[in-house]
Amino acid sequence: MNGAQALIKSLENEGVKVVFGYPGGAVLSLYEALKASNINHILTRSEQAAAHAASGYSRVTGKPGVCLATSGPGATNLITGIATAYMDSIPIIAITGQVSTEMIGKDVFQEVDITGATAPFTKHNYLVKNVKDIPRIVKEAFHIASTGRPGPVLIDIPKDVAAQELEFYYPKTVELKGYKPNYNGHPLQINRAVEAIKRAERPIICSGGGVISGNASSEVIKLAETCQIPVVTTLMGIGGFPGNHELFLGLVGVHGSYRANKAISSADLIIAVGARFADRVTGGSSDFAKKAEVIHIDIDPAEIGKNVEPTIPIVGDVKNVLKDILKGVDKQTRPQWIEAVNKFNSNGFKDKNNEYVKPRDVIKKLYQLTCGKAIVSTEVGQHQLWTAHYYTFSKPRTFLTSGGLGTMGYGFPAAIGAQVAKPEATVINISGDGSFQMNLSELATAMENQLPVKVLIFNNRCLGMVRQLQEFYCNRNYYGVSFKNIPDFVKVAEGFGAKGFRITKDTEIEPVLKKVIDSKYPCVVDIIIAPEENVYPMVLNGSPISEMIGG
Amino acid sequence: MRHTLAVLVENHPGVLSRVSGLFSRRGFNIESLAVGPTEKPDISRMTIVVEGDDYVIEQVSKQLNKLVDVIKVSDISSQASVSRELVLIKVDADPSVRSQIIQIVEIFRANIVDVGKNSMIIELTGDKDKVTAMEELLKQFGIKELVRTGIVAMNRGS
Repeated sequence: MNGAQALIKSLENEGVKVVFGYPGGAVLSLYEALKASNINHILTRSEQAAAHAASGYSRVTGKPGVCLATSGPGATNLITGIATAYMDSIPIIAITGQVSTEMIGKDVFQEVDITGATAPFTKHNYLVKNVKDIPRIVKEAFHIASTGRPGPVLIDIPKDVAAQELEFYYPKTVELKGYKPNYNGHPLQINRAVEAIKRAERPIICSGGGVISGNASSEVIKLAETCQIPVVTTLMGIGGFPGNHELFLGLVGVHGSYRANKAISSADLIIAVGARFADRVTGGSSDFAKKAEVIHIDIDPAEIGKNVEPTIPIVGDVKNVLKDILKGVDKQTRPQWIEAVNKFNSNGFKDKNNEYVKPRDVIKKLYQLTCGKAIVSTEVGQHQLWTAHYYTFSKPRTFLTSGGLGTMGYGFPAAIGAQVAKPEATVINISGDGSFQMNLSELATAMENQLPVKVLIFNNRCLGMVRQLQEFYCNRNYYGVSFKNIPDFVKVAEGFGAKGFRITKDTEIEPVLKKVIDSKYPCVVDIIIAPEENVYPMVLNGSPISEMIGG
Repeated sequence: MRHTLAVLVENHPGVLSRVSGLFSRRGFNIESLAVGPTEKPDISRMTIVVEGDDYVIEQVSKQLNKLVDVIKVSDISSQASVSRELVLIKVDADPSVRSQIIQIVEIFRANIVDVGKNSMIIELTGDKDKVTAMEELLKQFGIKELVRTGIVAMNRGS
């Protein structure tokens, strides 16, 4: 057996069913071995899309997604996808070909130091020097990627190593001296947390992405219900707590809901679960949570005290820690606090008076027509936040978005990965005309693999979010944000063999969406909206998150 | 405040760049870094001197601990520890001042490891203060070259 075969065999041992990839000169033997295996290969139209697809696959299944690229430009094209996964703590395994060992460092054709380049945004990476190490490295890579705080791991395999022979033995366990995540919260800290919850008058739970990756959704619901604690989620936490639950207050942060931001700002106890107090949540303001006690539960010790100094830090797996806390707490009622929270009603922002279709109406209709059961991915920009606000997500792993890195072009390939993982699910990518143009070539991948992914484009003929920023921060001095040439997205879809639709008025929303949801084909819906449509509420840079524009 | 961190790492290629890369990308400053194998051949030890307040040191330690190749991080500055640095100093030393220099070297229990026509190389081991004191005294003769290894440190007792 050669190294390439050993690698593919190791992937099979890890239960890998599909690899998203793009071939090249340094991975010829890997592709030979892949062809002979039971693993399905999805050929994307760029390596970046392969990495995003692996991430989408991982987000819906909870298992590591695998992507594969050749050396040099193949590897560097993966980088955006790897960094996106890193920022959102998504387990992916990226495999790259490398030039032959004796050529490394000589600047030969398609050579790049990809382990050096990706060190800052992989959880770990490997350059394989000895063919015998391949099974152990794959075993370790999957272990590291999927345990503790999940994240991407890259394996770089030189061409000659892939060709060398070895005797295959797949290890049963991993032995890593420097990697031992702490899964159980300290009992003393758990007791302190229980007491703080009992004592609190105005507690709030801030549920983050860790609740989803830690499969702790039911524990969060139980804690909220038992102790009558209202819940806000971060962007990554959406779906971790049911959006239709009476204790749910919405998204928190710079573009959070009025109620969520007001509530967290008036709380006397913030219970952050698998959330990292990112600048998008706190507004970067040093006043955040100054008046409140903070219980911070996270599996990554480095997140605790990084942005907000907690009163009660608890390092551990959120599910285990919440279970322990639940053992200590009693049923509580907080009628005054719940009433106060429910009174945080915004006056609502006034819709601009124009004939354009409102994104909110489309997303709410989509929610209704899919019975809230679709898997929805987004790109990055205004449509991302409209989706977060108006599609009521009630299950974990149904909302796929690039929260940390904010990667335009993420959502469409991620939707493809999700559809590969869940062939029966309705998978919808909500996009903007800017983001869609970044990876629209993946329509070919969707067609080729009969993946009926639906793309809804909120087409405002500009980069809406950047335009909105220029409106507020640059005194409407718009530059570089409006497209003078916009492709006809219906024809683009048709050009790839997919179905194209257009919505220009309210009466078209329901019939078109119905047709699209029922379609067995990839569909693109071009929804013409007002160029000046904004995302509200909005917290200006440096303001506390309780001060919102257009709440 | 200055902290000395003892960092045990896997003796793998690329570990040094992972560690130093972490410092630069997270905006931490390394004052000195010394690295070498330990009594176990598969484990190396880095002694890193970092300038920063408690928040910075806590972040440095936690981020270092996140690296899979890092086995253990200990802050040994606050504990009873021994720290040493080795310096080589090449001074101008024409015959007229040689005896003065030799006197200084003796007082500091340093060694003269090379003598040329007009210069000498002095080897000194000590903590930071001792090294600085000697450097000050030798300045009057003219220091041509100076190289320091960076601090290595160890806890006292068992």
